[in-house]
Amino acid sequence: MFDVAWLLFALPAVGALVILLLGTRLPFKVVGWTASAAVMATFGVAAALYFGLLALPVDQRSVTIVYWQWMTIGNFQVPAAILIDPLSVLMALVVTGVGALIHIYSIGYMAHEERYQRYFFYLNFFILAMLTLVMSNNFLGMFVGWEGVGLASYLLIGFWFDRRDDMYGWYADAGKKAFIVNRIGDFGMLVAMFLIWSSLGTLVFTDLGEAVHGLAPAAATTICLLLLLGAAGKSAQIPLYVWLPDAMAGPTPVSALIHAATMVTAGVYMIVRTNALWHMSETAMLTAAWIGALTSLFAASIALVQTDLKKILAYSTVSQLGYMVMAVGLGAFGPAMFHLTAHAFFKALLFLAAGSVMHATSGVLDIRRLGGLRKKMPATYWTFAIGAAALAGIIPFSGFFSKDALLVAALEKNLAIYLVEIVAALLTAFYSFRAFFVTFHGRPRDEQLYAHVHESPQIMTIPLWILAALSVVAGLLNLPFILTLDKWLAPVVGAHEKINITIELLGILISIIISFFGLLMAWALYVRRESWPQRLARPFRFLQPMLENKWYIDEVYNMAIVGPLKAAAGWFARFFDPKIIDGAVNAVGEVAIDSGEAVRKLQNGAVPTYAFSIFLGVVAVVLYFVFAH
Amino acid sequence: MNFTLPYLLSIITFLPLAGAVVVLFVPGEGAKKTLALLATLLTFVVSLLLLPNWQNVAGMQFVEELAWFPPLSIRYALGVDGISLFLVLLTTLLMPIAVYFSNLYVHKRLGAYMALMLLLETAMIGVFLSLDLVLFFVFFEASLIPMYFLIGEWGGQNRIYAAVKFFIYTFAGSALMVVAILLVYFSTGTFDIVALQSAQIAPAVQTWAFIAFALAFAVKTPLFPFHTWLPDAHVQAPTAGSIILAGVLLKMGTYGYLRLAMPIFPQAAVQWGPVVATLAAIGIIYGALVALAQKDIKSLVAYSSVAHLGYVMLGLVAYNAIGISGSVLQMVNHGLSTGALFLMVGFLYERRHTRLLDEFGGLWKSIPVFCGLFLVVTMSSAGLPGLNGFVGEFTIMLGTFQAMPFFAVVAALGVILAAWYLLTAYRKMAQGEITRPENDKAHLKDLRLDEVLLVLPLVLLFFVIGLFPNLFFDKINPSVEALVAQQQARMVQHVTVENSGEFSTNLFIVETLGQ
Amino acid sequence: MVATNFYLILGAIIFAIGAVGVLSRRNALIIFMCVEMMLNSVNLTLIALSRQWNNLNGQMFVFVIMAVAAAEVAVGLAVLVSHFHHTKTANIDDINVLKW
Repeated sequence: MFDVAWLLFALPAVGALVILLLGTRLPFKVVGWTASAAVMATFGVAAALYFGLLALPVDQRSVTIVYWQWMTIGNFQVPAAILIDPLSVLMALVVTGVGALIHIYSIGYMAHEERYQRYFFYLNFFILAMLTLVMSNNFLGMFVGWEGVGLASYLLIGFWFDRRDDMYGWYADAGKKAFIVNRIGDFGMLVAMFLIWSSLGTLVFTDLGEAVHGLAPAAATTICLLLLLGAAGKSAQIPLYVWLPDAMAGPTPVSALIHAATMVTAGVYMIVRTNALWHMSETAMLTAAWIGALTSLFAASIALVQTDLKKILAYSTVSQLGYMVMAVGLGAFGPAMFHLTAHAFFKALLFLAAGSVMHATSGVLDIRRLGGLRKKMPATYWTFAIGAAALAGIIPFSGFFSKDALLVAALEKNLAIYLVEIVAALLTAFYSFRAFFVTFHGRPRDEQLYAHVHESPQIMTIPLWILAALSVVAGLLNLPFILTLDKWLAPVVGAHEKINITIELLGILISIIISFFGLLMAWALYVRRESWPQRLARPFRFLQPMLENKWYIDEVYNMAIVGPLKAAAGWFARFFDPKIIDGAVNAVGEVAIDSGEAVRKLQNGAVPTYAFSIFLGVVAVVLYFVFAH
Repeated sequence: MNFTLPYLLSIITFLPLAGAVVVLFVPGEGAKKTLALLATLLTFVVSLLLLPNWQNVAGMQFVEELAWFPPLSIRYALGVDGISLFLVLLTTLLMPIAVYFSNLYVHKRLGAYMALMLLLETAMIGVFLSLDLVLFFVFFEASLIPMYFLIGEWGGQNRIYAAVKFFIYTFAGSALMVVAILLVYFSTGTFDIVALQSAQIAPAVQTWAFIAFALAFAVKTPLFPFHTWLPDAHVQAPTAGSIILAGVLLKMGTYGYLRLAMPIFPQAAVQWGPVVATLAAIGIIYGALVALAQKDIKSLVAYSSVAHLGYVMLGLVAYNAIGISGSVLQMVNHGLSTGALFLMVGFLYERRHTRLLDEFGGLWKSIPVFCGLFLVVTMSSAGLPGLNGFVGEFTIMLGTFQAMPFFAVVAALGVILAAWYLLTAYRKMAQGEITRPENDKAHLKDLRLDEVLLVLPLVLLFFVIGLFPNLFFDKINPSVEALVAQQQARMVQHVTVENSGEFSTNLFIVETLGQ
Repeated sequence: MVATNFYLILGAIIFAIGAVGVLSRRNALIIFMCVEMMLNSVNLTLIALSRQWNNLNGQMFVFVIMAVAAAEVAVGLAVLVSHFHHTKTANIDDINVLKW
């Protein structure tokens, strides 16, 4: 069964190659379906692996396949190998499943794009890189995928590299920013890998569990904090989340696939994958938990006041990723993966629905110009509603169960974090329905725009409905007290800790209340236009300019880091290098020239002078020999 | 048994020289072009014979030895081991590419140009194959002259200044080396590079000779702050000259450091290691920052070379197998990546006759094939995992981390900056709107098939090295491990001989070095 | 027999006269003659010491010096004459084309 695993990489690679080499000669539909077929087939392979694992007894569900030795120098050995275990198969299923749907959706969405070959090439390349990331059995192999998805993300964010607008500036710059900020995270990953190899002598995940026992706590903390930096880059956590909102410059299906469902969850996946290390360091776990918690609150607060539909979704992604990081920080690995999966479904759904809106409005996503789309776009309306409900955590949508699992874990372990997350959950429910009501309810705010709006073609709505269905039922994966997913993942992350039933029920109750309260507030404010939510918000009015400017984080970074570095670079390049260093080099040459200039005056051409100097020389030599001895 | 040739190394070394003579005397431009290309291609094919006959062991292979000047025991001795093998192959691979590019775009005094290129090839191969200090020095110096004329005759606006600066700067370094070579000879009585690696040299002599060697190679590499000739030379040199200069000539510095300075003067090399490491680390950050602010794409690549060779030096002074093997591979990687970068820049320059980044923009629309390939090359240079640069950089940093963690962290910071300046350059060239009419589809021609085929071998090698580096490490490792083992043995010897009284400190020294 | 000392003193005096002449005179021809005087004073010294130590090496040197001096005079005079044809002067203060 596992012999087919290589097809996970071969299929998207072949798809990408075919499109790269022949794409410009093939018509749009052929290219689109080739790419989609490759990913669908890959999904089939992932499913085959799943059933293969299922057939094995629980304690043997970890299969390593070594393809070749990648790097070998002395005792430093890294194989090119994959690890098939419950965690990697879950990720592979999510990536290829959501990926396939988004490929198909793209056939409709990108129909009018002239550079479609490039687009589908990038998408297939992304799937290849993402599968490398999740399937690899060691850090270095994962890092190949890790930067590979970064490259795909860079290319796709800057897909319209020749466009610019007021919100994003040059789209190409957004891509560049994403890549560089991710590289800061990668710096953490690199140094972490050095430390891991130096202290444990292995980079293979399956060896970590054994090797980790000899690890000093300080080393463990350092390693985990560096890994956390890597995760913060990829999964857009404080302080490196700044690239993700800008990444929305890319085509919307890309935002759905890469910047919501799959790539950005790589950081969470990585932490779960390396959980053996994290168990060694309380400090690092607590840091991760707080970073996640603060990110979720922080991003949710910004999402409250955003007016661009995709930006709202982007900040909500940051916020939801914060939940996941918070959960892994608290050791709730199973629930984190549960939320990751459910989030992949409903956030991809939301983005694709937003893309459908964008498709209908020729690119307008400013919710202040939308409104009343419900009647013209029923499929989009209903699927968006399901997505928003799942995001807000309305019972019984998947988001409710997954988020509740996280919140209960927080309630159990750390009350302060729980309170932060409850506030974030309230904000989440509010902004999801704000986006929903303002976009789809009420009267159209821009009649001219509204006149042209139309429902998207079936090739786009069918993936929407499939994702909507998944968003509704994904909760079944891990219902409270049944915990299918937790049990599936137990070989990797350890068994689920039993939670006090009172706490569990209390958590569920609070979650239900909070989410409905958020929904109610949004409904009251944007549909009924009642004033009480505003009165409730009034004490926080002073925050509004801060929020609208995203807490000035970009500005602070520009001023504190980018600006000084650029200034230093300019000073080095225009003054220090040519004037000081090269100046010194040239000065040496000039000294030689000048001293030659000075000495050459002695050669006056008059023979008696020369003769006289010879005479003096002889006298000096004679005197030396006479008196020196 | 595989097919091989007698005197294989001499043939590889002097085939280009023979080609140069023929090219000089054959009439007709077309014939000169064809012959030069044939000579380099033939050299490449012959050099490939090294591979099937290779044995994965330490020590010199294919050794040839002849007395040259017996009174001073100067020999004509050639040999190749895992350290030099791929540098030779890199040279013989890059030369046909450079010559073919020149065939396309060089028109002035072709015979002399091609003869100089071929002469240069002989000198470079000779440097990597020499087993005798005097022979090494002869080849080392001989490589200066053709490059001097290539820059000075076929270069850009300010070519004389650049050529003279290149010549005098590197020559000043070699002058020191002559003194050091004599110093070594008078204290050991041999010029044999292999024998010298186990010779005992007094610490004081070691220090001075090491400094002289290290300075010579630091200028050549170039190590910060001896790098300023490089941007000038690159900006002024013709494209083929830049490819060879960055691809091979700079490696003569790092190769010399590894082949001569480190094994012959082990104690001094260890003692001065931190100084070199500091300069290398400064070079990584400094080169990247200066590259960030460059307006001319060629000087940007030149400064990126300063940063990249900083990695190589860092891996060498880490003095462990991981770092050194990584450095050897990274020398090859840098040759391929930077060679390809200059090649791409050359294509663009021949079309637009400018290299200023601001003159471009939006090229991805008008010349997509060029930009696609350029992106791959850029990513290779930025060290994207899966491509060649990453394997070298990672192993270097890992090796450095074992010896000097702080410098490894600094080097890892350089990885961020590398992405920054390379993507900034790419952003300015390929992305954004087309702002000038010269850059649009109607005026700018995309790469022709033969031009693509010229870059393609390099690009394929990016992937081969990135995915199957063990094909290379298998051959590099034995030599490097032998070198490190010998070094450790000699350090222990040294410690016990020098101050056998202070046991505890000695133990500490051995341990730090032994990592 | 005359003591060697006298020869040496005479040689020194001739040498000094020649040296002063070379340094102070301006006519190239006279400078030449002074140079010859210096050479011959050395010859005298060599011969005297050769006799003193019964060593013929000194006399051999003298022959070599005389031969070299003859060759030198031949070349030197030729240069001088040729230069005189050009510039109508033998004053070395005017002969400074090799300046700098």
